[in-house]
Amino acid sequence: MPIAFNPSVSAALPGPAWLVDLRREVVEGIGDVDPPSTDEEVWRYSRIGDLDLDRFQPLAIQAPLVKPFMDSGATDANAATVVLRNGWLEDSSISTEAAALGVTVGRIGDLGDGAAYFASVLSTPADLFGHLNRAFGPEPLAVVVPDGVRLDAPIVVRVHTDADSAALFPRLFVRCGVDTDVTVVEHHTSASEVVSMVSPVLEAQVEADARLRHALVQNLGTGLWNLAHQAFRVDQNATVETFVAGLGGCYARTRTDCRLVGRGAEARLTAAYYGEQDQTHDFRTFQEHAAPDTTSELLFKGALDGTSRSIYSGLIKVDPEAVRTRAYQTNRNIKLSADAWAHSVPNLEIETDDVVCSHASTVSPVDEEQLFYLESRGVPTTIAERLLVEGFFDDVISRAPTEAVGLALRATLVERLDRRLRNLRPEAAA
Amino acid sequence: MTSERVLCIEGLCAKAGDAHILGGIDLEVRPGEVHAIMGPNGSGKSTLSHVLMGRPGYEVTAGSVTLDGTDLLELAPWERAQAGLFLALQHPTEVPGVSLESMLVEAAVAGGRDPDGIRAALVVEAERIGFDEKFLGRPVNVDLSGGEKKRNEALQMSVIRPRYAVLDEIDSGLDVDALAAVARRVQDATDETGLGVLVITHFSRLLEVLEPDRVHVLSHGRIHTSGGPELAEELEADGYTGILGEAVDAPEVAVELGLGPDPFADPLA
Repeated sequence: MPIAFNPSVSAALPGPAWLVDLRREVVEGIGDVDPPSTDEEVWRYSRIGDLDLDRFQPLAIQAPLVKPFMDSGATDANAATVVLRNGWLEDSSISTEAAALGVTVGRIGDLGDGAAYFASVLSTPADLFGHLNRAFGPEPLAVVVPDGVRLDAPIVVRVHTDADSAALFPRLFVRCGVDTDVTVVEHHTSASEVVSMVSPVLEAQVEADARLRHALVQNLGTGLWNLAHQAFRVDQNATVETFVAGLGGCYARTRTDCRLVGRGAEARLTAAYYGEQDQTHDFRTFQEHAAPDTTSELLFKGALDGTSRSIYSGLIKVDPEAVRTRAYQTNRNIKLSADAWAHSVPNLEIETDDVVCSHASTVSPVDEEQLFYLESRGVPTTIAERLLVEGFFDDVISRAPTEAVGLALRATLVERLDRRLRNLRPEAAA
Repeated sequence: MTSERVLCIEGLCAKAGDAHILGGIDLEVRPGEVHAIMGPNGSGKSTLSHVLMGRPGYEVTAGSVTLDGTDLLELAPWERAQAGLFLALQHPTEVPGVSLESMLVEAAVAGGRDPDGIRAALVVEAERIGFDEKFLGRPVNVDLSGGEKKRNEALQMSVIRPRYAVLDEIDSGLDVDALAAVARRVQDATDETGLGVLVITHFSRLLEVLEPDRVHVLSHGRIHTSGGPELAEELEADGYTGILGEAVDAPEVAVELGLGPDPFADPLA
């Protein structure tokens, strides 16, 4: 255990008594938790060996706010707007409509049954970072939408990092009650100059007949190590749509566990990622079918430029009782540079008959035929590539949970592709 | 110095991999002229069109191609297009996620032309060529029938207004009405903008609407016979064997290289 992860830091963190006790238990056992190793399938090809935990320190208190950054103008259209800064709840507001419907947004300890929610989806930490999140994270944010409530507007959570050399552990719990309709958008951002490690955890419980659309727009600065874990539990006839935009970070890992536990549960998982310079994007997914008549469909697409790398490793797991499962998994990668590198590892583990499963993965340069076609009309090679890459992301962008997320993603991709164009054709920048 | 306006192909030899496909093509197309290239399968027709546009996978081993004095073989494909060459592909590629308009706008911007009128030009030309306007919003060629793809090629040609167009079997997969519409549009362009046309076809049917000034019969990578429009009628009546006679036999070079029965078949077709 790095010296900075001192039990006294954990003990000094505020929170309800049950959380303080829980942190202490985790800290006591944390010495027995092995750090991740690339020998494990779920960490294979990752850059975990390059992470020097000694460089980062957990925070016992919230760092003082230098300047406010919340864009109040953008909050009006949201059902709720929350800022977690360095993991701490900094600010939150809720629309009068959402409040009147009984939606609550705030610290988990302020809920009467908060202790029951904590770790209710992710009962066991997946790895060392899961333990660290429990031991050194401030009090989690909880979003609870009561049964039958349908929210037209999204709940927007900004997870912002401005502490330097810090190890930060934001945690969010979302409960979508029976027959609810909820959209949650997380924006993960950071001050551009900081070099820190952020290891966020999301637990989302989607109860019967509910629908949750969730987006994680990760646009961290390039100095950040990001190790995110999100877990969804989907009950009978409920639907979850997850969406990850992987854009920033030096090493950005998102592990998604989607567990379909009720008959007829459905999941649609989507990600778009773009790597440039020496970024690494690392995605691990688990589509776990634990009930009959469940459906999951995954589409992850990425483009890699410079010396960037991506890893996609996904498992479709069908339990013996999950008959009539339908599960699909597709990962497509475009290499924009000879030095970029993409690794794609789809896996199936099926323990029953009567299932329909498929997986497909590709890693290839821009399609040569399509490129030639555009060129033959007079479109310069680099611009043709740009059009094709933008087009490549079209279907994933159309799966964004809100129009704003889709537009923001497209804008960032265009910005990246423009930058690429300027580097390749300096004369065009004039 | 003003260059003479002509698409000039001289002694053009090309290979794909180890297969020599073009064995010395000489051809001059002037503004407003229509040249038809006919010939049996594997004679090198499509290869000629690909080599002119610079499609990857072919190597020019000898000869030259100039467009109004510009050396085309020195240029990248997109620069050839900007120089005034258009290629209508035999099998137009589907390009998911890229709209017709954005493609043509980028082409116009790269050529220093005003892109503002492209939308309007597309609508006008679509009407003229019978290309359903609802297809204009779709990604390029995606979910179009074979015939609609060919109309789309002719549509793009009309909007881009090249100086010379190579039409590679634009008639294949077209019904009679579509064939007439496309051929008429190309014919009009020869009159209106002085478009020079190299039309590659198997069938004389197209040439009943799009009247060729010259007909060339290609065999084994060379022009075997050239003539006026009557040559197409002769081909229709007698077939290639009647015209080519013994030339349909494999040439010596294939024997020397120990190649298969059809060494001139386009490996990338």
